Parts: sequence; structure tokens; C-alpha cells
Amino acid sequence: MTTPAIRTVGLTKRFGSFVVTNDVGLTVETGARQAIIGPNGAGKTTLINLLTGFLEPSAGRIELNGADITRLGQHERVGRGLVRTFQINRLFNDLTVLESVLLATNERLGLGAVSWRRRSACGGSIAEAWNVVELLGLAEVAHLPTKALSYGRQRLLEIALALAAKPTVLLLDEPAAGVPQGESGELFRTISALPRDVTVLLIEHDMELVFGFADRITVLVNGGVLTEGSPEQIAKDPRVREVYLGEAIVV
Amino acid sequence: MTPSWEAAAVRLRERERWKSPETVFWCAALVAPFVLPDDHLFLSQIAILGLFCLSLDLVLGIAGILSLGQAAFFGLGGYTAGLFAIHVDGDPLLGLVVAMVATSLLGVLAAPLLLGGRDLTRLLITVAVAGILYEAANKWSAVTGGVDGLQGIVIAPLFGKIEFDLGGTVAYWYALAVLFLVFLGLRRLKSSPFGLALAGIRLNPQRMPALGVPVDRRLTVAYAIGGAVAGIAGALLAQTTQFVSLDALSFHRSAELMLILVLGGAGNLYGALLGAIVFSVAHHLLSEINPMYWQFWMGTLLILIVLFAKDGLTGGLSRLRDHLWKGGTAP
Ligand SMILES: Nc1ncnc2c1ncn2[C@@H]1O[C@H](COP(=O)(O)OP(=O)(O)OP(=O)(O)O)[C@@H](O)[C@H]1O
Ligand SMILES: [Mg+2]
Repeated sequence: MTTPAIRTVGLTKRFGSFVVTNDVGLTVETGARQAIIGPNGAGKTTLINLLTGFLEPSAGRIELNGADITRLGQHERVGRGLVRTFQINRLFNDLTVLESVLLATNERLGLGAVSWRRRSACGGSIAEAWNVVELLGLAEVAHLPTKALSYGRQRLLEIALALAAKPTVLLLDEPAAGVPQGESGELFRTISALPRDVTVLLIEHDMELVFGFADRITVLVNGGVLTEGSPEQIAKDPRVREVYLGEAIVV
Repeated sequence: MTPSWEAAAVRLRERERWKSPETVFWCAALVAPFVLPDDHLFLSQIAILGLFCLSLDLVLGIAGILSLGQAAFFGLGGYTAGLFAIHVDGDPLLGLVVAMVATSLLGVLAAPLLLGGRDLTRLLITVAVAGILYEAANKWSAVTGGVDGLQGIVIAPLFGKIEFDLGGTVAYWYALAVLFLVFLGLRRLKSSPFGLALAGIRLNPQRMPALGVPVDRRLTVAYAIGGAVAGIAGALLAQTTQFVSLDALSFHRSAELMLILVLGGAGNLYGALLGAIVFSVAHHLLSEINPMYWQFWMGTLLILIVLFAKDGLTGGLSRLRDHLWKGGTAP
């Protein structure tokens, strides 16, 4: 059996006495296209915050490719290929699109502490950043400050920042939220077109997108894993239907 | 066909290019001592204040660390250079290097205290570090001269040849040369990948770790470089005036510096320099016209400038330029 990309053991997060992540044992196989679904407030974002080190767990362990990363800082996890996007954009208003993406490529190429070279002279980094900018269709706005972009495009930039860090495990927190209907399909084609060795863990409310994308689905309710399985199994599961009462799940 | 990323690199390069107002500014600095032949000492002090203010511009304007304690570095640099000249060697350049090393070390040591906290905590810690140094220098008067200041500094000729003169002519050229070199270094830093990372940290510190950036390490380096720049400024003042007063470490020094940066405009390096010039000249003129109430007029001047240009003189000037330029060429 191969080592999973991500494995958590007894992962728990409490805010005071309020348990937001409850003894979660999550396994994501390398190369998987896995989705986490669950009602609002189920603890999906919190789980990603724990995986990436944005929050410290109250208890439990996190492994990345078999190595314990529970105590690593956020940037160290990114250095090991574990990269996320945020549900609510966290961008750099006054930087241009290209400059923002350069932040990630510079760092990945070990240029982040270089203070004696012009950034325009770091061709390798610019080439990589430009690739990502083009991949997400942001080339025509590459030199505009982030704050001048439409919300949909800012959303794409949020994803560009993550891709620029060359993830081996990518955690997407509702990437399509706020993206106009017509563009979300395009966005998912981009994500689906990532190399198969990139593991993707997706949080998404739109069931059509989830079932079109995922080969495995984890259902999170009240901070705990309710069930996990293939899209067919999940769609048939009466408990899942109960949680999503009123929301039709169609495969 | 050239790949399209090269066009993007050219666009980036465009922003970093040396612009003509910059040439004008530095030419003015070259011409100033000829226009003001009797004020070379005054001019050298402006250059030193400008250098001091660059340190805050790096720390606050570029890296976004709220510091009200840059005087800690200024004073430490001054005392280090002064004591080094008295007890070890009078060579001015050697003295600068020693002061630079001492102050960057202080920066590296103080950074962890600072970076643990949020903005207000940080501010208080910068104030506290400067306060501790002030008290230490005050108490340790056997070495520092206490309230009387450090006296008896003798500086050897520059490069072993050029004697410092009483009129301050050598002092000015010396200070200007050091200022220009440090400025070039900081200008490069600002347009480097490191400078971009600092801008990212200033704009959104919480997002940066998720891009793989070790935020505290970057800020520590920025803070230490800022400390070294302030230390060099303090050393220059000690060397050119052959005196270090306890005042170099005082809170009002740090506060005044903040004021000068706000007046000039933060984050673009020239604001720090312009602020230092305008502040020094206004101070000089106002205290001549009205020795009792110059601070009142200074305050009024500041309020006026900040009212008309929130981003200081440089912000106001660049908007004025855009306005005139558009006005002149619009169809
Ligand atoms: N810092 C915090 N302090 C206290 N409670 C928190 C904190 N962060 C999240 N919570 C609570 O934890 C619960 C789970 O939040 P979380 O954001 O993980 O949910 P989610 O599944 O991502 O929801 P959504 O689908 O709305 O994004 C919510 O009830 C939320 O109020
Ligand atoms: Mg969420």
C-alpha cells in the first residue's frame, strides 16, 4: 500500500468548549481528486486551517506523505508542497497581478531573501509566474493592481497564487464562490487539467461541480466525518440525503 | 518570437528605472554647498537626518513595522562610533563599519521581541528598547559621559588624507557620499524580490505564510538593515560633530523621525529625504524668526501639509505632476 498524501489521526480543534473539528481521521491518497462536503458551519474551512497550520490543533496528528507535519509552520508546509486557497480572498490590493504571483514563485525558487538583484532580472521566476498568469487567463490584466480587478478575476488570482507555489497537494476552499456562473466551468477545467500527481482536496457546495470533479467524497457534519466514499456511494447514502434535506443530489 | 514573459519582464523593469526627477534631486545635493557656502555643517546634518529617516522608511514605509524607537539604533551607532574613535581607532570608515555591525546586531536581537506581538505591542517594544538604552547610557556615565554627552572624540583624516574642517565641508561630502551609497542600496533592495516580499508582508501579513514566505525571518532582516542604516546615521553625526549627546537615544528623536517621514511620505525613499530637508529648513527658519514658538508654527505647517496631501510631500507632488501632465497633454 502506498503512503497517502494526507493522513490525519484524531484531529481535534476546540474553541473554548465548542468542538469545531471532532476526532477527524482523514486520508487523501496521492493523486486523488477528493471533495469535502457538508453544511455551513460543519468545520470544513477549519479543517483546512488545521492541515495548513493556519490554526493549531487542540489534539491529533497530521501527516504529509507519511511525515509528521503537525508542528511545522505554515510556510514550511508550503515548502513541502501543501498549498491552499482561501474561501474569502486574501490578496495584495496595491500589487499588480504579476507581482502578486511573483511573491510565490520568488519564494519557491529561493529568491525571497535576495535583496541585491532587481526582480525584473529574475527571469526564471518571471517566466514561471507568467505561465500561471496565462493559465488562469489573467494575462491581459497582469499589470493592473489587484484592487482594479473584478471579483471573479480576483478569485482566479487567489487560485493563481496557490498554483504558483507548485503544490503537490492542493487544498481548494470553495474556489468557485463568487465566480460568475459561466466562468466556474472554465475554472474547474483548469483545476481538472492539473497533472495527475497533484493531489487535490476540494471544498465545494455546488453538488454538480463536486460530482463532476471528485473521485472520492468525504462528508463532514458538526466537525466530524459522517461518511466517506465514491460519488455513487455518497449519492445513495440516506444519512447524507438527510443532512442535505431538501437539496437534491444528482449524479 | 520572444516569449511573452519577456515582455512582462520589460514592464517590470520600467517601474524600476531611474527617473529624471531623481537625477535632479541628486544634482541639487551636489550643487547645494556651492549655493550655500556658509552652511556646510547644516547641510551635512540634513544629509544625516535624511539617512536616519531612510531607516524608518525601510522599517515602516516598506516593511510595515510600526517603530517608534529608531533612536535606539541612532544613539547606539553614535556611541559605538564615538567610543571606537576614542579607545580604538579614529578612522572614520572603520568607525562606520563597527557602528553598522553593532546596530544590526541589536536589530537581530530585538526583532524576536518585536515580531511576537501585534502592531501596538510592537510599537511599545520599540519604544521600550530605546528607553532601556537611554537609561543605560545615562547611568553608565563613566563610559558614555552620561548627561554631559560623550566628549573628546577625535576623528582621523578620511582615507588617512582628508582632514575634517571646522566649516563642515568635508563633513558634508562625506555624509552625502555615505547617504547616496546607502540610498542606492535601499533603492535596489526595494526593487528586489526581497523588497517585493516586504511589500507583500506590509499589505497582507497573514497571507504570506501560505505562499511559503517565512515572514518573521524576512522582517528580522529588514529590521536589522533598518537598524544598521540608523546606526550609520548616528555614527556620522558623532564623527562630524565629535560629540554624542544622550539626546541621540531619546524618545523625541524617534517621534520626530516619524513626523518627518509622514511629512515627506512613506515607502518611496525620496519622501524620507524630502521630509528631512523640509523639516530641517523649516526648523532653522522658524526658530530664527520666532525662537519661542517655532514648534507651534512647525505643527501648523505639518497639519497643513497632511491636510492637503495625506501621503506627504512626495504623494502631493506626484499627484500635482500627474495633474499638470494630464492637463498639458489632454486633447
Ligand atoms: N476562530 C473561531 N472562533 C470560534 N469559532 C469559530 C472560529 N472559526 C470558526 N468557528 C466556528 O466553527 C464552526 C465551523 O466553521 P468553518 O468556517 O470551519 O465552517 P465551514 O464548514 O467552512 O462553513 P462554510 O460552509 O460556511 O464555509 C462555525 O460554527 C464557526 O462559527
Ligand atoms: Mg468554509
